[in-house]
Amino acid sequence: MRQSVLRRFRLASQLVFFALFVLLLVRTEFNTSARSAGDALQLPHPVSLFIEVDPLVALGSALATGSLYRRLAWCLVILVPTFALGRFVCGWICPLGTLNHFFGSWTSEKKRGARLLASNRYQRWQTVKYYLLAVTLVLAVFGSVTLLLLDPISLLVRSLAIVVLPGIHALSASVTATLYNSSIPGARLTADVFQFAAAHTLLGFRQPHFQQVAVIGLVFGALLALNLRVTRFWCRAICPLGALLGVASRWSVLRLQKNDAACDNCNRCLLHCQGGDDPVPGAPWRKAECHLCFNCAGDCPQHALRFAFAGPPAKAVDGPELQRRKLIGSLALGAGLLPVVRGAGLLATNPDPRLVRPPGSLAEPKFLERCIRCGECMKVCPTNALHPSFTEAGLEGLWSPVLVARIGYCEPGCTLCGQVCPTGAIWEISVEEKTGKKPGNAEPVDPVKIGTAFYDRGRCLPWAMGTECLVCEEWCPVSPKAIYLVPGDVVDAKGGTRRVRQPYIDLKRCTGCGACEYACPVHDRPAVYVTSIGETRSKANQILLERGQRPKRASRARSAL
Amino acid sequence: MDRRLFLQSLARAGALGAGSVGLGAWLRGRSERPVEAGAVAVKRRQFIADNPGLPLLATARGESPRALVRAAVESLGGISRFVQRGEVVVVKPNIGWDRSPDLAATTNPDVVAEVVRLCREAGASQVIVTDVSCNDARASFDRSGIAAAATAAGASVVLPEPHRFRMVNLRGEILTEWPVLDAFTTADKVINVAIAKHHSLTGVTLGMKNWYGVIGGQRNRLHQRIHESLVDLTAFVTPALTIIDGYRVLRRNGPTGGSLGDVEERKTLVASPDPVAADAYAARLFFDLAPPQLPFLRLGEARGLGHIEVDASRLAERTV
Repeated sequence: MRQSVLRRFRLASQLVFFALFVLLLVRTEFNTSARSAGDALQLPHPVSLFIEVDPLVALGSALATGSLYRRLAWCLVILVPTFALGRFVCGWICPLGTLNHFFGSWTSEKKRGARLLASNRYQRWQTVKYYLLAVTLVLAVFGSVTLLLLDPISLLVRSLAIVVLPGIHALSASVTATLYNSSIPGARLTADVFQFAAAHTLLGFRQPHFQQVAVIGLVFGALLALNLRVTRFWCRAICPLGALLGVASRWSVLRLQKNDAACDNCNRCLLHCQGGDDPVPGAPWRKAECHLCFNCAGDCPQHALRFAFAGPPAKAVDGPELQRRKLIGSLALGAGLLPVVRGAGLLATNPDPRLVRPPGSLAEPKFLERCIRCGECMKVCPTNALHPSFTEAGLEGLWSPVLVARIGYCEPGCTLCGQVCPTGAIWEISVEEKTGKKPGNAEPVDPVKIGTAFYDRGRCLPWAMGTECLVCEEWCPVSPKAIYLVPGDVVDAKGGTRRVRQPYIDLKRCTGCGACEYACPVHDRPAVYVTSIGETRSKANQILLERGQRPKRASRARSAL
Repeated sequence: MDRRLFLQSLARAGALGAGSVGLGAWLRGRSERPVEAGAVAVKRRQFIADNPGLPLLATARGESPRALVRAAVESLGGISRFVQRGEVVVVKPNIGWDRSPDLAATTNPDVVAEVVRLCREAGASQVIVTDVSCNDARASFDRSGIAAAATAAGASVVLPEPHRFRMVNLRGEILTEWPVLDAFTTADKVINVAIAKHHSLTGVTLGMKNWYGVIGGQRNRLHQRIHESLVDLTAFVTPALTIIDGYRVLRRNGPTGGSLGDVEERKTLVASPDPVAADAYAARLFFDLAPPQLPFLRLGEARGLGHIEVDASRLAERTV
């Protein structure tokens, strides 16, 4: 087959996989079609598929937990062919690679003529990603997959879900509003059609707002902009998945055959090289860097370059050329980083009260063994309750999900965050387990608690101002309600006494869902707020003494998965 | 530099300068202290006049929610009394919460669908079913079963998307400028299809409490003067007909419920063109509450929105 034809296949493959990626991401949301059996919400598509076939996520998770959660073993579909073929994922499948490919095709002052050719030669700094991979994996061995936030799929899901899609939503909403309120004939109908189309394709029903949008957006923008300096700088220098696949292709059999005799040194093979792997004759081909994009072979006017499974041994460097000293240094760095980042156990001794994790989350150390900060849970949360943390979980927990009840509360009948979590940091639980209600359960079972609500009596209207309110009680979704009312006397400004019903929290019934905090009319700093104490996942973060003496929590769901 | 070029440059510089000065002066003249955009005044007076020859209040009891609706409306003189041919009608169920119908936190979907069908039969040009939910609207519309049932009955189900709100002066005693879902400002008739539920603050959630769902914004502040607020809202909406769905009644832990143990099947519907009478009757019937215990009814009567007591001769009770 002509190798220039393969290039077209490659482009088609990139487009198809990118479209599939975006489709799955967009479908990562509550949808009315998500209601299947009875009342439970079940997403119809495996929306976390790209993360679940990601070998780096699987390897990190396996090193940290000694197991592969749910569908993570499907990464073999990617990994096994890589052993034989090389980094085809980078050139043909990876959606972030495709984005970088696109932006890398833009010309700039730094990538013109001889400078373009020079920029596409192999550079020593391309080995940085291997050292980064080493640090990442050593950290994982010691129980933290924090650096998997650099996994390209995790990074892209997070960036699109937290930054890009909400941005598009805001733009589209302002277009709709302008049309809807305009007096031009037909504008209102156009607005309705536009809104319907937008809501049923790219956007969810409600405008999401996220914490940390600026930081995540800047990182994403910067790594795309770097393509204007060096094509696919991210893929060549940083991407830990690319590094892993580079290492995995050590013994791959698909190789670039260079016919040095036919070469007339036109350097065309360097014009569109993606990996910076020196396809040019006269230099050794760097197998671990090649994305198998087939541009060099397709561009060569002499047909002096071709990829083949067999043939005479070519001059090539098979693996990454690492320096032992740097590698050992990286391993040591990875081992040393964790105690420093964990602040010698600061989180355990002084936990942030606002670290409210989504329902089903494992205990914090187990959680950090798994959470790769992909943001799937934040994307799917129908109430926009989950946000990338900044300081709440410490530096190690950067961008892991935290429930911000002021923005959204946890809906009792929803377990979507656990359904989409690819690594089991948020374990998949059923609605029955979450609410503690299972038909046929003779013994009452505790619901899953994510925290506990408390009143700030200095701000609460009935407590501080003698005014009826009780919005919190109205919203409390558990039955019987976890907020109870007791009439109390309050002295008003004139010195008179007013009797109003004042709310109290029943600590045993409160699940920490945050509906009260969400609904509290004291808008800026709510008079009722949720903190993490009492969360089911933690043995230490408790107040009540009764826990443990009450009927045992059902453990079936854990073992069944 | 020759003279020609000099003059050309000078002319350009002069034009640029003059333009800048003009633009600056114009913008300076536009400077005003910003004020919020004014609210729209919406005139609504859509109450149906009392007909002494017809019952003022009807109840229907029976197994089929659909039959209950038909029977109750028939007792009141038929749907044609409330909806004229070509009118745009908004049917307002309670879709406040993300709960399934059996938990009685939202109006029975069959009741809503039957009201829609009646309006279609009366020749309404469009029947809109909408509500400003507390929980996520799309989830609530879906899980309540109302979106599907109303669509199948021929209604346009409108989600309360942000662009559909207009700032309206409600001209109430408590409530003045609030964002109102625009269907309620443009409809020819509004029909209330509320569900009977317990509520700690107001005692009950019935028809008047259901008008909470026409406004957006920070409506959680309404609880501070809830009774006056409900009267203000009812006076603004002026519903043509109020139907209280008591097929399933939420007796405890309202208005959200969440447990079947909170639900009581009463299989009864209360309907009246008088919003105060409907609520007063339903409060007594479903919750054994004497209407004077409910301040919003007293205030509503004082405001001229209706009557708490209905003469027995004006009552039509049917079992179907």
